[in-house]
Amino acid sequence: MTPLTGYLLLSSLLFSIGLAGALTRRNAILVLIGIELMLNAANLNFIAFWRYGPHPEALTGILFTIFSISIAAAEAAVGLGIILAVYRHHKNIDLNHLNTMKG
Amino acid sequence: MHAIFFILAALTITGASAAMCLRNLIHCVLALTLGFVGLALLYLFLGAQFVSFTQILVYVGAVAILAVFAIMMTRSAGPHPQPALSSFWITGCITALATFAVLAWAIIHSNIITPTPAQPAVSTNQIGDALMHSFALPLEIMGLLLTAALIGAVIIAMPQNRSSK
Amino acid sequence: MTHLPLSQTIDQVFVLSKAAIMGHIPAPFQPIASAILSVAPVLVVFPLLFAITTVLERKGLGRMQNRYGPNRVGPFGFSQPIADGIKSLTKEDVIPRTADQVVHFLAPLLLVLAAFLAYAVLPIGRNMVIANLSAGVLFFFAIGSMVELAVFMAGWSSRSKYSLLGAMRAVAQMISYEIPLVLSTIVVIMATGTLSTVAIVDAQARYIGILPHWYVFTPWGFCGFILFMIAATAESNRSPFDLPEGESEIIAGYYIEYSGFKFALFFLGEYLGMFATSGLAITLFLGGWSAPLSSLTWIPSYLWFLLKLLAFIAAFIWVRGTFPRLRMDQLMAFAWKFMLPMTLLNIFDAAVWHLMPHNILRWLVCIALLAIPCLLLNLNLKQRKQLQIRTYRFAD
Repeated sequence: MTPLTGYLLLSSLLFSIGLAGALTRRNAILVLIGIELMLNAANLNFIAFWRYGPHPEALTGILFTIFSISIAAAEAAVGLGIILAVYRHHKNIDLNHLNTMKG
Repeated sequence: MHAIFFILAALTITGASAAMCLRNLIHCVLALTLGFVGLALLYLFLGAQFVSFTQILVYVGAVAILAVFAIMMTRSAGPHPQPALSSFWITGCITALATFAVLAWAIIHSNIITPTPAQPAVSTNQIGDALMHSFALPLEIMGLLLTAALIGAVIIAMPQNRSSK
Repeated sequence: MTHLPLSQTIDQVFVLSKAAIMGHIPAPFQPIASAILSVAPVLVVFPLLFAITTVLERKGLGRMQNRYGPNRVGPFGFSQPIADGIKSLTKEDVIPRTADQVVHFLAPLLLVLAAFLAYAVLPIGRNMVIANLSAGVLFFFAIGSMVELAVFMAGWSSRSKYSLLGAMRAVAQMISYEIPLVLSTIVVIMATGTLSTVAIVDAQARYIGILPHWYVFTPWGFCGFILFMIAATAESNRSPFDLPEGESEIIAGYYIEYSGFKFALFFLGEYLGMFATSGLAITLFLGGWSAPLSSLTWIPSYLWFLLKLLAFIAAFIWVRGTFPRLRMDQLMAFAWKFMLPMTLLNIFDAAVWHLMPHNILRWLVCIALLAIPCLLLNLNLKQRKQLQIRTYRFAD
C-alpha cells in the first residue's frame, strides 16, 4: 500500500463517518458538524494529492484547502445563524419536527 | 507507511466517530475538536505547515466555539428523553457504508504509478505570492463571500421584532 | 571554538553550552536531547517568573491601595509563592458530584499545555528560539485559540451557574478581541514580509544613528502596539477586562469549582498566557531581544528581553490597580465599534506609509490618518452614551 492510498482511504472513511452522522442524527447542529467533517475529508484529499502528486511546486492543493477552510467557516457561521433563527421560531431544532414549510 | 500516520489516523477517526456517536452534544463538539487537531497534525506531517495552523485557528478556534455557542443558546446540551437518532437511521448507515465501500474499492483498485516525490519545501512567502498573483481573483471572491456570510449570519440570527420594539 | 569577543560569548553562553553538551551525546539521541535542552529552560524560567510576579503584583497592588502586600514569609515576603505552592498542593481536590469528571480534569491541563506551547516560537535571545517556524505568528494565534476551548470546558463541566456564566463571558470576550489582536499584527507582517518571529526580530535589530529600528517608532507601529496591548489585556482576562472572573459578580468565573492544585494550574496558565502575549508584543513591535540604543548592545540579548517583559508586567499591574472593570455591553461596543475600525484603518495607514516617499510629509499624513478618525470614533461613542460615567440608583 502506497502512502497516497492510505491517505485516500482515511479521507473516504472520514467522509463516510460524516455522511452517516449527517443522515442519522436528529439534532440540526450535529448534521452541520457532519457536513463539516465531509468538507474536512475533501481537504485531506487535496493535501495528500498535493504532497504525492507530480507537481507539488504548483501549490494548488494547499491553496484549494485554504479556500475550502474559509468557505467552511462561512458555512458554519451562516448555518448556525439559521439554526438559531429556527430555534427562535419553533423552540426546537429536532429535525424530525421541522418537516413543515408552514411558519 | 509510517507509524506516525497510523497514530494520527487513529486519533482523527476516533475523534470523528465519537463526534457522531456520543449523546451529549458538548461531548460531540469536544470529540470533533480532537478530530480536527488530528487532521491538523496530519497536514503538518504532510509538510503543509500553513494549512495546519489555519486548520487549528479556524476549526478549533472558531467553528467549534460557534457550535458550542449554538448548543448553549438552543438548550440542546441537557438530557434528552427522545432518541438521538432519526427514525430512518438504518437507511442512513447503509448509505454511508455503501459510499465507503465504493470509494475504498475504487481507491484500492486504481493503480497509483507516480513515485513518491521528496518532501516539498513550501514557505509561507510562496503561498502569499501565489495568493496575490495567480490566485488573486479567487482571493477577492473569497473576501466577498466572507463579507456576505458575515452580514447574512448577523441578519438571520438577529431577532426580527427588534424594529417594532 | 572560534574566538568571540567577551560580550558576544556572554550573549551566546546558552547557545554555546547547549552545543557543547550536544557534542557529548551519541547521535541517535541527539534530536530528543536537543528538544529537552531547548524546552527545559522555558519550563523552568517562566513558572519561576510567574511565582515572582504573584508576589510583585500583590505588593504593587497593595501599595496602590495604601496597604502592605504580603510581608510575612521570607525576606520582604518574597517566599510567599513557596508557601502558596505548598498550600495548593496539600489542599483537598474537590470535584463537584454533578461535574463532568473527564472534561473537568482535562480543562486545566489543556490550558497550561496551550500556554506553554505558545513559547515555542518566541525568540528569547539571539539564536534562542525553540522552533523557528516559517508561519510562527500564525502558530501563536492557533495555539491561543485553544485557550478559549479550555476555558469553556472548565466552565461547562463544573455544572455551576457561576462558572458557566463566567465561561460564556470569557469565550465571547476572547472571540471578540481575537479579531483586533490578529489584525493589529498584520502591519508588522506587511513591513517585514514574513510570519517568522525570528525574521521579524532580525528586521528590527538595526540602528538608525543610535536609535533602534523598532516598529513602535512609526505611526502605524505605535497605533498597532497600543491596539495590540488593549486586545492582549482582554485576551488574558486581565483588569479592566476581567469580567469573566469578576469576584463581585460571579465570584471567580469559570474556575470557581476548582480547588487545590488545579486552581493553581489555572492561575499558572493565565499568567503564562499574559507573559506569552507580552512576549509576542515585544517581538513584533519592540524589537524582541535587541537593545534600545546602539551603544548598549554589549548587554546580553536575553537580559533585554527579560527587562522588557518585566516592564510589561509592571504596566499590567499598574493598569490593574488603576482602571475600574467594564460592563459587558461597554466591552463589546469597545471591541466592535472602536478596536475593529481602528485596526482596519491602521492596516491602510501602513500601506500609505510604505507607498509614500521618505520625508516629513509621510509622518504628518500617517499621523493625521490615524489621529482624526480616532477622535471622531471617540466622539461618536461618547454621543451614543455608551461610555458615560456610571450612575447608581439605590433603593429608597
